[in-house]
Amino acid sequence: MVMAEHSYTSRREIDQYAFHTAVTLLVPLACVLLQAVLPKTFPGLAILDLPLIVVIFFAVARRNPIAGTVTGTLIGLFQDGLTNHPFGVNGIAKGIIGFAAASIGFAVDVENVINRVALNFGFSLIQSGLLYLITRWLLGDPTVRLLPLHELLRAGCNAAVSVPLFFLLDRFKSRE
Amino acid sequence: MAGCECAEGLGRATIEWLVGNVVMDSFFSRYKNSLVLIAIVLAQTIMLAVQVPKSIEGHGPADADGRHITLLRYWAVALVTPVERAVHGTSFDVRHVWSNYIGLRGAHEQNQALQLEIARLRQEQAAFAEDAAQGRRLQALLAFKQQYITSTVAAQVIGTSGSDASRVLYLDKGSADGLRPEQAVMTPDGVVGKLRDVFPHTAQLLLLNDPTSGAGVVLETTRLRGILRGEANGRMEINNLTADSRIKVGERVITSGGDQVFPRGLPVGVIVSIAPDPQHQPYMAIAIEPAANLARLEEVLVITGTDTNLPVAAQQDAAIADAASAENKRAADLIAEKLPSAADAAAVKTGDAETTIGGVPGVPNSGLPKVQPAVRPDKYSPGATPSAAELKPGAGPQ
Repeated sequence: MVMAEHSYTSRREIDQYAFHTAVTLLVPLACVLLQAVLPKTFPGLAILDLPLIVVIFFAVARRNPIAGTVTGTLIGLFQDGLTNHPFGVNGIAKGIIGFAAASIGFAVDVENVINRVALNFGFSLIQSGLLYLITRWLLGDPTVRLLPLHELLRAGCNAAVSVPLFFLLDRFKSRE
Repeated sequence: MAGCECAEGLGRATIEWLVGNVVMDSFFSRYKNSLVLIAIVLAQTIMLAVQVPKSIEGHGPADADGRHITLLRYWAVALVTPVERAVHGTSFDVRHVWSNYIGLRGAHEQNQALQLEIARLRQEQAAFAEDAAQGRRLQALLAFKQQYITSTVAAQVIGTSGSDASRVLYLDKGSADGLRPEQAVMTPDGVVGKLRDVFPHTAQLLLLNDPTSGAGVVLETTRLRGILRGEANGRMEINNLTADSRIKVGERVITSGGDQVFPRGLPVGVIVSIAPDPQHQPYMAIAIEPAANLARLEEVLVITGTDTNLPVAAQQDAAIADAASAENKRAADLIAEKLPSAADAAAVKTGDAETTIGGVPGVPNSGLPKVQPAVRPDKYSPGATPSAAELKPGAGPQ
């Protein structure tokens, strides 16, 4: 009993949450829309990746790797549709992030703010690396360059924005 | 007996089949998550592989450069652009109210300043008309094919791609308004990019600073031709020119017309730095600051038509300017005839200009500095040296 109370993965931590279908559809759509509209007025906001934060949120809340992979892939493909990249660049990257985030969700207390910041910072960096690998090696584009400082800044911005966004999205959670 | 052996063999096979199934089931259930991930990634990798060769080969009904607008992209754009259009429309209305009714302070003064500006520009236009007419005559003599912009469509920017790795903007006009892929897009400041995918009521504008974008350019003063490319960091570079001392920071860069997309002579930007390109030796990385503000585009002009003949409106303007120039010349001749003293004064003034600005006598404003008279003249002073015709071989100093 004592072991159960002090276990790293307590019952509360491995709770899986579900979302209403409307939330599952509208939240990613709203994030992709905001991501497309905001940089027109504030060009600096193009550094953010709101759809990535949503992928991480849904993945760690559901704690289901398959659901995380599918959610990440669909959101990534939607993002690809608005860019001049071939379909699959963001789809692959966000699919892998969704899988990894859901897998990590079992082991980490994702209600903790520090853990949330660390998760978003880390996954943002991983996504940058994945996007570089996909465009540089899979698509064979030699013009692509990895800008470490820029990617660190992007990860920092995403981590900062993820805190209020996670709190906002927490309201839509329902226990399974 | 044989039947018994047969039944035993059948039973063994069934057991093996069942065991195999159980093993496979446990394998799939154990690695279900990873297998789903692998399957999805593999499917998308195949999808990438299918798309990329198509964009190179360009088979079938497609855009001007052979790209297909996939159904997936069409759906994504169709889902997002109505909302972008609504957001843009709302913000535009708010700005419209502000700019038309509230923010009109100082409009009268601005109007007067603009009237003065128009008057000054008209004078300049008359002055340039003769040079332009001469240029056109020379081009006609050399059978030079100049491309003139004959028609444009004004469009507003309603959204972005949402990623700084893809410098794409969305316009509120599409194929229904006469837009086609690969048409050049500009602002009054200079070129900004070209159209990529065009949908019925929306179009993608690929900015010049996108890594997949480029343009044929020429340096305005040195006339060196290069290829401008976008970089991952959002800058623009020419990196197919070797080191040349004539290339200077601050030189203007204009379109060369060689890419068959951008008409010749449109401003692109200014050189801001020149450095050796470590990745493409012995070429230089010549960074260009765009003439137009690519980060804050609101309205753009899509060049929908070009022609080798001057447009009708421009021809009329040129004719008016020619007439004004001829009138000015006749007035000057009349003044010279009626008032010779005024003409002499003008000639003296011209002579003064030559000597004060400096230069070779007889060559107006040659740009050479005027030689100042020496305070203590000696044999090295200008004009003290005898001409070469007066010198004799072997003669010593006198």
